[in-house]
Amino acid sequence: MMVEREFFQRDRRLHPPAFTPQYKTSVLRSPRMPLWSLQTSLSEVTGPLFKPEELGPLDNDLLLNYARTGEPIGERTIIHGHVRDEAGQPVRNTLIEIWQANAGGRYRHKNDTYFAPVDPNFGGCGRTLTNAEGYYAFRTVKPGAYPFRNQVNSWRPAHVHFSIFGSGFAQRLITQMYFEGDPLIPHDSILQTIPDPKARDRLIARLDLNASVPLDTLAYRFDIVLRGSRQTLFENKREGT
Amino acid sequence: MTVLPYTPETPSQTAGPYVHIGLIPQQAGFDIFQNNFGNVLFVPETPGERIRIEGRILDGTGSPVRDMLVEIWQANAAGRYSHPADRQDDQPVDPSFRGWGRAGTDFETGVYAFETIKPGRVIGRRGHGLMAPHVNLWLAARGVNIGLSTRMYFADEPIANAEDPVLRMIEPAMRRDTLLARREQRDGKTVYSFDIHLQGERETVFFDA
Repeated sequence: MMVEREFFQRDRRLHPPAFTPQYKTSVLRSPRMPLWSLQTSLSEVTGPLFKPEELGPLDNDLLLNYARTGEPIGERTIIHGHVRDEAGQPVRNTLIEIWQANAGGRYRHKNDTYFAPVDPNFGGCGRTLTNAEGYYAFRTVKPGAYPFRNQVNSWRPAHVHFSIFGSGFAQRLITQMYFEGDPLIPHDSILQTIPDPKARDRLIARLDLNASVPLDTLAYRFDIVLRGSRQTLFENKREGT
Repeated sequence: MTVLPYTPETPSQTAGPYVHIGLIPQQAGFDIFQNNFGNVLFVPETPGERIRIEGRILDGTGSPVRDMLVEIWQANAAGRYSHPADRQDDQPVDPSFRGWGRAGTDFETGVYAFETIKPGRVIGRRGHGLMAPHVNLWLAARGVNIGLSTRMYFADEPIANAEDPVLRMIEPAMRRDTLLARREQRDGKTVYSFDIHLQGERETVFFDA
Protein backbone atom coordinates (compact mmCIF):
# COMPACT_ATOMS: atom_id res chain seq x y z
CA MET A 1 0.00 0.00 0.00
CA MET A 2 1.13 3.55 -0.70
CA VAL A 3 -0.01 6.91 0.64
CA GLU A 4 -0.85 10.03 -1.33
CA ARG A 5 -2.21 13.39 -0.25
CA GLU A 6 -5.37 14.67 -1.91
CA PHE A 7 -7.86 17.45 -1.28
CA PHE A 8 -11.53 17.08 -0.46
CA GLN A 9 -13.68 17.87 -3.46
CA ARG A 10 -14.55 21.56 -3.52
CA ASP A 11 -18.24 22.16 -2.79
CA ARG A 12 -19.03 24.62 -5.56
CA ARG A 13 -22.50 25.34 -4.13
CA LEU A 14 -20.80 27.38 -1.41
CA HIS A 15 -19.06 29.61 -3.94
CA PRO A 16 -20.42 32.11 -6.44
CA PRO A 17 -20.96 30.65 -9.92
CA ALA A 18 -18.80 32.19 -12.67
CA PHE A 19 -21.78 33.73 -14.49
CA THR A 20 -23.72 36.17 -12.27
CA PRO A 21 -25.58 38.75 -14.41
CA GLN A 22 -26.39 40.95 -11.38
CA TYR A 23 -22.62 41.58 -11.20
CA LYS A 24 -22.31 42.72 -14.79
CA THR A 25 -18.56 42.40 -15.31
CA SER A 26 -18.85 38.64 -14.81
CA VAL A 27 -20.94 38.25 -17.97
CA LEU A 28 -18.05 38.47 -20.46
CA ARG A 29 -15.43 37.00 -18.14
CA SER A 30 -17.16 33.76 -17.12
CA PRO A 31 -16.33 30.43 -18.75
CA ARG A 32 -19.47 28.82 -20.19
CA MET A 33 -18.18 25.28 -20.65
CA PRO A 34 -18.26 22.99 -17.62
CA LEU A 35 -15.04 22.87 -15.61
CA TRP A 36 -13.07 19.72 -16.41
CA SER A 37 -13.00 17.53 -13.27
CA LEU A 38 -9.45 16.60 -12.39
CA GLN A 39 -8.41 14.26 -9.61
CA THR A 40 -5.57 15.92 -7.78
CA SER A 41 -1.99 15.09 -8.74
CA LEU A 42 1.26 16.47 -7.37
CA SER A 43 0.59 19.60 -9.45
CA GLU A 44 -2.41 20.46 -7.27
CA VAL A 45 -1.43 19.20 -3.80
CA THR A 46 1.85 21.10 -3.85
CA GLY A 47 2.08 24.88 -3.87
CA PRO A 48 4.44 27.74 -3.10
CA LEU A 49 5.80 28.08 0.43
CA PHE A 50 7.06 31.34 1.90
CA LYS A 51 9.58 32.14 4.64
CA PRO A 52 9.33 34.75 7.39
CA GLU A 53 12.52 36.45 6.19
CA GLU A 54 10.81 37.28 2.88
CA LEU A 55 8.51 39.71 4.71
CA GLY A 56 9.37 42.98 6.43
CA PRO A 57 8.63 43.67 10.12
CA LEU A 58 5.85 46.19 9.31
CA ASP A 59 4.28 44.30 6.43
CA ASN A 60 1.25 43.33 8.56
CA ASP A 61 0.80 46.78 10.11
CA LEU A 62 -1.12 49.05 7.73
CA LEU A 63 -1.12 51.80 10.37
CA LEU A 64 2.65 52.10 10.01
CA ASN A 65 3.79 50.44 6.77
CA TYR A 66 3.14 53.54 4.63
CA ALA A 67 3.22 56.23 7.35
CA ARG A 68 5.06 59.29 6.00
CA THR A 69 4.09 62.43 7.93
CA GLY A 70 1.95 60.67 10.55
CA GLU A 71 -0.50 57.81 10.84
CA PRO A 72 -3.45 57.28 8.49
CA ILE A 73 -6.88 58.80 9.18
CA GLY A 74 -9.58 56.37 10.24
CA GLU A 75 -10.83 53.97 12.90
CA ARG A 76 -7.88 52.04 14.29
CA THR A 77 -8.76 48.39 13.68
CA ILE A 78 -7.34 44.94 14.33
CA ILE A 79 -8.39 42.15 11.96
CA HIS A 80 -7.42 38.75 13.22
CA GLY A 81 -8.38 35.08 13.18
CA HIS A 82 -7.30 31.56 12.37
CA VAL A 83 -6.80 29.81 9.08
CA ARG A 84 -7.89 26.20 9.34
CA ASP A 85 -8.86 23.57 6.82
CA GLU A 86 -12.24 21.88 6.50
CA ALA A 87 -11.12 19.15 8.90
CA GLY A 88 -10.21 21.76 11.53
CA GLN A 89 -6.44 21.47 11.12
CA PRO A 90 -4.50 24.74 11.46
CA VAL A 91 -2.93 25.96 8.20
CA ARG A 92 0.53 26.99 9.37
CA ASN A 93 3.06 29.40 7.83
CA THR A 94 0.76 30.28 4.99
CA LEU A 95 0.89 33.64 3.24
CA ILE A 96 -2.08 35.99 3.68
CA GLU A 97 -2.13 39.23 1.70
CA ILE A 98 -4.79 41.93 2.15
CA TRP A 99 -5.70 45.15 0.36
CA GLN A 100 -8.37 47.76 0.98
CA ALA A 101 -9.59 51.31 0.43
CA ASN A 102 -8.70 54.05 2.92
CA ALA A 103 -11.17 55.44 5.47
CA GLY A 104 -12.75 57.63 2.76
CA GLY A 105 -13.29 54.73 0.35
CA ARG A 106 -10.40 55.59 -1.98
CA TYR A 107 -7.79 53.10 -3.19
CA ARG A 108 -4.15 53.94 -3.76
CA HIS A 109 -4.33 52.75 -7.37
CA LYS A 110 -3.67 54.57 -10.62
CA ASN A 111 -7.04 53.42 -11.99
CA ASP A 112 -9.16 54.68 -9.04
CA THR A 113 -10.62 58.13 -9.75
CA TYR A 114 -13.16 58.43 -6.92
CA PHE A 115 -13.55 61.93 -5.36
CA ALA A 116 -12.42 60.88 -1.89
CA PRO A 117 -8.78 61.85 -1.36
CA VAL A 118 -5.83 59.50 -1.20
CA ASP A 119 -4.46 59.34 2.35
CA PRO A 120 -0.75 60.24 2.18
CA ASN A 121 -0.04 57.91 5.10
CA PHE A 122 -1.95 54.86 3.94
CA GLY A 123 -0.80 52.34 1.35
CA GLY A 124 -3.72 49.97 1.84
CA CYS A 125 -1.96 46.63 1.66
CA GLY A 126 -0.32 44.20 4.04
CA ARG A 127 0.83 40.63 4.33
CA THR A 128 1.74 38.09 6.97
CA LEU A 129 2.35 34.41 7.57
CA THR A 130 0.10 32.42 9.90
CA ASN A 131 1.89 31.08 12.97
CA ALA A 132 2.13 27.48 14.20
CA GLU A 133 -1.53 27.61 15.33
CA GLY A 134 -2.72 29.04 12.01
CA TYR A 135 -3.29 32.45 13.66
CA TYR A 136 -2.84 35.79 11.89
CA ALA A 137 -3.38 39.47 12.76
CA PHE A 138 -3.26 42.81 10.95
CA ARG A 139 -3.55 46.41 12.18
CA THR A 140 -5.25 48.83 9.83
CA VAL A 141 -7.94 51.49 9.56
CA LYS A 142 -11.51 50.53 8.80
CA PRO A 143 -12.10 51.11 5.06
CA GLY A 144 -14.88 53.37 3.82
CA ALA A 145 -17.75 52.45 1.52
CA TYR A 146 -17.48 53.60 -2.10
CA PRO A 147 -19.58 53.62 -5.29
CA PHE A 148 -18.83 51.40 -8.26
CA ARG A 149 -20.22 51.16 -11.76
CA ASN A 150 -22.64 48.27 -11.80
CA GLN A 151 -26.10 49.72 -11.47
CA VAL A 152 -26.32 53.54 -11.46
CA ASN A 153 -26.31 53.71 -7.68
CA SER A 154 -24.23 50.69 -6.58
CA TRP A 155 -22.13 51.00 -3.43
CA ARG A 156 -19.71 48.55 -1.93
CA PRO A 157 -19.98 47.95 1.81
CA ALA A 158 -16.74 48.44 3.73
CA HIS A 159 -14.58 45.41 2.93
CA VAL A 160 -11.05 44.07 2.98
CA HIS A 161 -9.73 41.81 0.19
CA PHE A 162 -7.93 38.64 1.30
CA SER A 163 -5.60 36.40 -0.69
CA ILE A 164 -4.61 33.07 0.91
CA PHE A 165 -2.34 30.30 -0.36
CA GLY A 166 -2.73 27.22 1.85
CA SER A 167 -0.24 24.40 1.41
CA GLY A 168 -1.34 23.27 -2.07
CA PHE A 169 -2.10 25.31 -5.19
CA ALA A 170 -5.65 23.86 -5.32
CA GLN A 171 -6.35 25.60 -1.97
CA ARG A 172 -5.60 29.02 -3.46
CA LEU A 173 -8.35 31.49 -2.53
CA ILE A 174 -9.17 35.16 -2.94
CA THR A 175 -12.14 36.55 -1.05
CA GLN A 176 -13.49 39.66 0.70
CA MET A 177 -14.24 40.30 4.36
CA TYR A 178 -17.09 42.54 5.52
CA PHE A 179 -17.85 44.22 8.86
CA GLU A 180 -20.72 43.16 11.10
CA GLY A 181 -23.62 45.62 11.11
CA ASP A 182 -22.83 47.41 7.83
CA PRO A 183 -26.20 48.52 6.35
CA LEU A 184 -24.87 48.20 2.78
CA ILE A 185 -24.28 44.44 3.12
CA PRO A 186 -27.78 43.35 1.97
CA HIS A 187 -27.54 45.67 -1.07
CA ASP A 188 -24.14 44.51 -2.34
CA SER A 189 -24.34 42.84 -5.75
CA ILE A 190 -20.91 41.26 -5.30
CA LEU A 191 -21.63 39.58 -1.96
CA GLN A 192 -24.99 38.50 -3.43
CA THR A 193 -23.18 36.46 -6.10
CA ILE A 194 -22.88 33.82 -3.35
CA PRO A 195 -26.24 32.03 -3.45
CA ASP A 196 -26.24 30.53 0.08
CA PRO A 197 -27.04 33.06 2.85
CA LYS A 198 -25.10 31.01 5.42
CA ALA A 199 -22.05 31.06 3.15
CA ARG A 200 -22.37 34.85 2.75
CA ASP A 201 -22.56 35.22 6.52
CA ARG A 202 -19.17 33.53 6.89
CA LEU A 203 -17.56 36.50 5.14
CA ILE A 204 -18.84 38.94 7.76
CA ALA A 205 -16.26 39.58 10.49
CA ARG A 206 -17.60 39.91 14.02
CA LEU A 207 -16.76 42.68 16.44
CA ASP A 208 -14.37 41.11 18.95
CA LEU A 209 -14.31 43.32 22.04
CA ASN A 210 -12.16 40.85 23.96
CA ALA A 211 -9.37 41.22 21.40
CA SER A 212 -9.64 45.01 21.27
CA VAL A 213 -6.90 47.07 22.87
CA PRO A 214 -8.57 49.34 25.46
CA LEU A 215 -8.31 53.07 24.65
CA ASP A 216 -6.48 52.15 21.42
CA THR A 217 -7.86 49.78 18.76
CA LEU A 218 -11.12 47.91 18.01
CA ALA A 219 -10.87 44.30 16.86
CA TYR A 220 -12.81 42.21 14.35
CA ARG A 221 -12.46 38.46 14.03
CA PHE A 222 -12.38 36.73 10.65
CA ASP A 223 -11.67 33.00 10.59
CA ILE A 224 -10.83 31.45 7.23
CA VAL A 225 -11.39 27.87 6.14
CA LEU A 226 -9.45 26.31 3.26
CA ARG A 227 -10.09 22.98 1.58
CA GLY A 228 -9.33 19.94 3.69
CA SER A 229 -6.97 17.16 2.69
CA ARG A 230 -6.65 13.47 3.42
CA GLN A 231 -3.87 10.93 3.18
CA THR A 232 -5.26 8.26 0.88
CA LEU A 233 -4.06 4.69 0.99
CA PHE A 234 -3.94 3.06 -2.40
CA GLU A 235 -2.76 -0.06 -4.15
CA ASN A 236 -0.39 0.44 -7.01
CA LYS A 237 -2.79 -0.62 -9.75
CA ARG A 238 -4.98 1.14 -12.28
CA GLU A 239 -7.95 2.76 -10.63
CA GLY A 240 -11.60 2.76 -11.65
CA THR A 241 -11.15 0.72 -14.82
CA MET B 1 -28.01 12.02 13.49
CA THR B 2 -24.31 12.45 14.15
CA VAL B 3 -22.79 15.56 12.61
CA LEU B 4 -19.39 15.05 11.04
CA PRO B 5 -16.82 17.54 12.35
CA TYR B 6 -16.20 19.43 9.11
CA THR B 7 -16.45 23.18 8.56
CA PRO B 8 -17.25 24.42 5.06
CA GLU B 9 -14.67 26.24 2.95
CA THR B 10 -14.70 30.06 3.01
CA PRO B 11 -16.50 31.26 -0.12
CA SER B 12 -14.59 32.98 -2.90
CA GLN B 13 -15.17 36.58 -4.01
CA THR B 14 -13.86 38.46 -7.01
CA ALA B 15 -10.39 40.02 -6.67
CA GLY B 16 -11.86 43.28 -8.00
CA PRO B 17 -10.17 45.93 -10.16
CA TYR B 18 -7.56 46.88 -7.55
CA VAL B 19 -6.00 43.46 -6.95
CA HIS B 20 -2.63 45.02 -7.84
CA ILE B 21 -2.56 47.02 -4.60
CA GLY B 22 -2.31 43.91 -2.50
CA LEU B 23 -0.42 41.56 -4.75
CA ILE B 24 1.60 43.70 -7.21
CA PRO B 25 1.69 47.16 -5.59
CA GLN B 26 4.24 48.52 -8.06
CA GLN B 27 1.75 47.99 -10.89
CA ALA B 28 -0.84 49.92 -8.84
CA GLY B 29 1.68 52.78 -8.88
CA PHE B 30 3.52 52.75 -5.55
CA ASP B 31 6.36 51.14 -3.63
CA ILE B 32 5.71 49.75 -0.17
CA PHE B 33 7.43 46.39 0.42
CA GLN B 34 11.16 45.80 0.40
CA ASN B 35 10.71 42.40 -1.20
CA ASN B 36 8.27 42.13 -4.09
CA PHE B 37 6.96 38.94 -5.65
CA GLY B 38 7.22 39.00 -9.41
CA ASN B 39 7.31 37.26 -12.74
CA VAL B 40 10.96 36.11 -12.87
CA LEU B 41 11.20 32.63 -11.37
CA PHE B 42 14.88 31.77 -11.74
CA VAL B 43 18.22 33.10 -10.49
CA PRO B 44 21.50 32.79 -12.44
CA GLU B 45 22.42 29.43 -10.86
CA THR B 46 19.04 27.77 -11.53
CA PRO B 47 19.47 24.81 -13.89
CA GLY B 48 17.13 24.51 -16.85
CA GLU B 49 16.27 25.92 -20.26
CA ARG B 50 15.36 29.61 -20.01
CA ILE B 51 11.96 30.35 -21.49
CA ARG B 52 9.56 33.24 -21.61
CA ILE B 53 5.84 32.55 -21.35
CA GLU B 54 3.59 35.28 -22.63
CA GLY B 55 0.08 35.79 -23.83
CA ARG B 56 -3.19 37.57 -23.38
CA ILE B 57 -6.43 36.72 -21.60
CA LEU B 58 -9.42 37.29 -23.89
CA ASP B 59 -12.99 37.92 -22.79
CA GLY B 60 -16.24 36.90 -24.50
CA THR B 61 -15.89 39.66 -27.11
CA GLY B 62 -12.29 38.65 -27.87
CA SER B 63 -10.93 41.77 -26.14
CA PRO B 64 -7.84 41.47 -23.95
CA VAL B 65 -8.50 41.63 -20.20
CA ARG B 66 -6.10 44.29 -18.94
CA ASP B 67 -6.56 43.87 -15.19
CA MET B 68 -6.00 40.14 -14.72
CA LEU B 69 -3.79 38.58 -12.07
CA VAL B 70 -1.94 35.53 -13.38
CA GLU B 71 0.01 33.15 -11.13
CA ILE B 72 2.02 30.15 -12.23
CA TRP B 73 3.24 27.10 -10.30
CA GLN B 74 5.59 24.58 -11.79
CA ALA B 75 8.16 21.86 -11.14
CA ASN B 76 11.89 22.40 -11.54
CA ALA B 77 13.94 21.27 -14.54
CA ALA B 78 14.16 17.75 -13.10
CA GLY B 79 10.39 17.49 -12.68
CA ARG B 80 10.17 17.97 -8.92
CA TYR B 81 8.05 20.47 -7.02
CA SER B 82 9.65 22.47 -4.23
CA HIS B 83 7.21 21.14 -1.62
CA PRO B 84 7.32 18.36 1.03
CA ALA B 85 4.34 16.50 -0.51
CA ASP B 86 6.53 15.80 -3.56
CA ARG B 87 8.42 12.66 -2.51
CA GLN B 88 10.06 11.83 -5.84
CA ASP B 89 13.35 11.24 -4.05
CA ASP B 90 15.07 10.18 -7.24
CA GLN B 91 14.73 13.75 -8.53
CA PRO B 92 16.77 16.60 -7.03
CA VAL B 93 15.20 19.51 -5.17
CA ASP B 94 16.52 22.79 -6.52
CA PRO B 95 16.96 25.29 -3.64
CA SER B 96 17.29 28.17 -6.13
CA PHE B 97 13.85 27.58 -7.64
CA ARG B 98 10.54 28.01 -5.79
CA GLY B 99 8.55 27.46 -8.97
CA TRP B 100 5.99 30.19 -8.38
CA GLY B 101 5.47 33.63 -9.88
CA ARG B 102 2.81 36.23 -10.41
CA ALA B 103 2.13 38.91 -13.03
CA GLY B 104 -0.59 41.35 -13.95
CA THR B 105 -1.70 41.75 -17.54
CA ASP B 106 -0.48 45.09 -18.89
CA PHE B 107 -2.94 47.98 -18.41
CA GLU B 108 -2.41 49.02 -22.08
CA THR B 109 -1.70 45.88 -24.08
CA GLY B 110 -3.23 43.16 -21.91
CA VAL B 111 -0.07 41.05 -22.25
CA TYR B 112 1.23 38.98 -19.32
CA ALA B 113 4.72 37.46 -19.23
CA PHE B 114 6.90 35.20 -17.09
CA GLU B 115 10.61 34.50 -17.29
CA THR B 116 11.12 30.93 -16.12
CA ILE B 117 12.65 27.57 -16.99
CA LYS B 118 11.05 24.69 -18.78
CA PRO B 119 9.81 22.20 -16.17
CA GLY B 120 10.64 18.50 -16.27
CA ARG B 121 8.12 15.67 -16.30
CA VAL B 122 6.43 14.94 -12.96
CA ILE B 123 5.15 11.53 -11.87
CA GLY B 124 1.39 11.16 -12.39
CA ARG B 125 -1.29 10.53 -9.82
CA ARG B 126 -0.78 7.29 -7.87
CA GLY B 127 2.57 6.81 -9.56
CA HIS B 128 1.07 5.94 -12.93
CA GLY B 129 3.32 7.19 -15.69
CA LEU B 130 4.79 10.61 -16.16
CA MET B 131 2.82 13.75 -16.85
CA ALA B 132 4.07 15.84 -19.77
CA PRO B 133 5.94 19.04 -18.84
CA HIS B 134 3.38 21.64 -17.87
CA VAL B 135 2.88 24.88 -15.99
CA ASN B 136 -0.15 25.36 -13.71
CA LEU B 137 -1.91 28.71 -14.00
CA TRP B 138 -4.37 30.46 -11.72
CA LEU B 139 -6.32 33.57 -12.78
CA ALA B 140 -8.20 36.13 -10.71
CA ALA B 141 -9.70 39.52 -11.59
CA ARG B 142 -12.67 41.83 -11.52
CA GLY B 143 -15.63 39.90 -12.94
CA VAL B 144 -14.06 36.54 -12.07
CA ASN B 145 -16.00 35.27 -9.05
CA ILE B 146 -13.75 32.32 -8.29
CA GLY B 147 -10.14 31.78 -9.37
CA LEU B 148 -9.72 29.87 -12.65
CA SER B 149 -7.26 26.98 -12.85
CA THR B 150 -5.73 25.73 -16.05
CA ARG B 151 -2.50 24.17 -17.34
CA MET B 152 -0.13 25.16 -20.10
CA TYR B 153 1.52 22.32 -22.03
CA PHE B 154 4.31 22.62 -24.61
CA ALA B 155 3.26 22.04 -28.23
CA ASP B 156 6.79 20.89 -29.10
CA GLU B 157 6.49 17.87 -26.77
CA PRO B 158 4.17 15.68 -28.87
CA ILE B 159 5.37 12.36 -27.45
CA ALA B 160 5.11 13.38 -23.80
CA ASN B 161 1.78 15.12 -24.47
CA ALA B 162 0.35 11.96 -26.03
CA GLU B 163 1.19 10.10 -22.82
CA ASP B 164 -0.12 12.75 -20.43
CA PRO B 165 -3.04 11.48 -18.30
CA VAL B 166 -4.74 14.89 -18.17
CA LEU B 167 -4.49 15.67 -21.89
CA ARG B 168 -5.63 12.13 -22.70
CA MET B 169 -8.75 12.67 -20.60
CA ILE B 170 -9.79 15.70 -22.69
CA GLU B 171 -11.19 13.89 -25.67
CA PRO B 172 -12.22 16.68 -28.07
CA ALA B 173 -9.02 17.76 -29.83
CA MET B 174 -10.29 21.32 -30.15
CA ARG B 175 -10.56 21.63 -26.38
CA ARG B 176 -7.31 19.81 -25.65
CA ASP B 177 -5.45 22.13 -28.02
CA THR B 178 -6.47 25.15 -25.92
CA LEU B 179 -3.82 23.99 -23.41
CA LEU B 180 -0.90 23.97 -25.88
CA ALA B 181 1.61 26.82 -26.03
CA ARG B 182 3.43 27.50 -29.28
CA ARG B 183 7.23 27.74 -29.28
CA GLU B 184 8.84 30.70 -31.04
CA GLN B 185 12.34 32.10 -31.27
CA ARG B 186 12.49 35.83 -30.78
CA ASP B 187 15.76 37.80 -30.60
CA GLY B 188 17.57 34.59 -29.68
CA LYS B 189 15.16 33.83 -26.84
CA THR B 190 12.67 31.00 -26.56
CA VAL B 191 9.14 32.28 -26.12
CA TYR B 192 6.07 30.17 -25.55
CA SER B 193 2.95 32.09 -26.43
CA PHE B 194 -0.19 31.10 -24.59
CA ASP B 195 -3.44 33.01 -24.97
CA ILE B 196 -6.31 32.11 -22.66
CA HIS B 197 -9.91 32.44 -23.84
CA LEU B 198 -12.36 32.94 -20.99
CA GLN B 199 -15.34 32.36 -23.29
CA GLY B 200 -16.34 31.68 -26.86
CA GLU B 201 -15.60 29.06 -29.49
CA ARG B 202 -12.01 28.64 -28.34
CA GLU B 203 -12.77 28.70 -24.60
CA THR B 204 -9.75 27.37 -22.68
CA VAL B 205 -10.21 24.23 -20.59
CA PHE B 206 -10.45 25.20 -16.91
CA PHE B 207 -10.20 22.57 -14.22
CA ASP B 208 -12.08 21.69 -11.08
CA ALA B 209 -9.27 19.88 -9.33
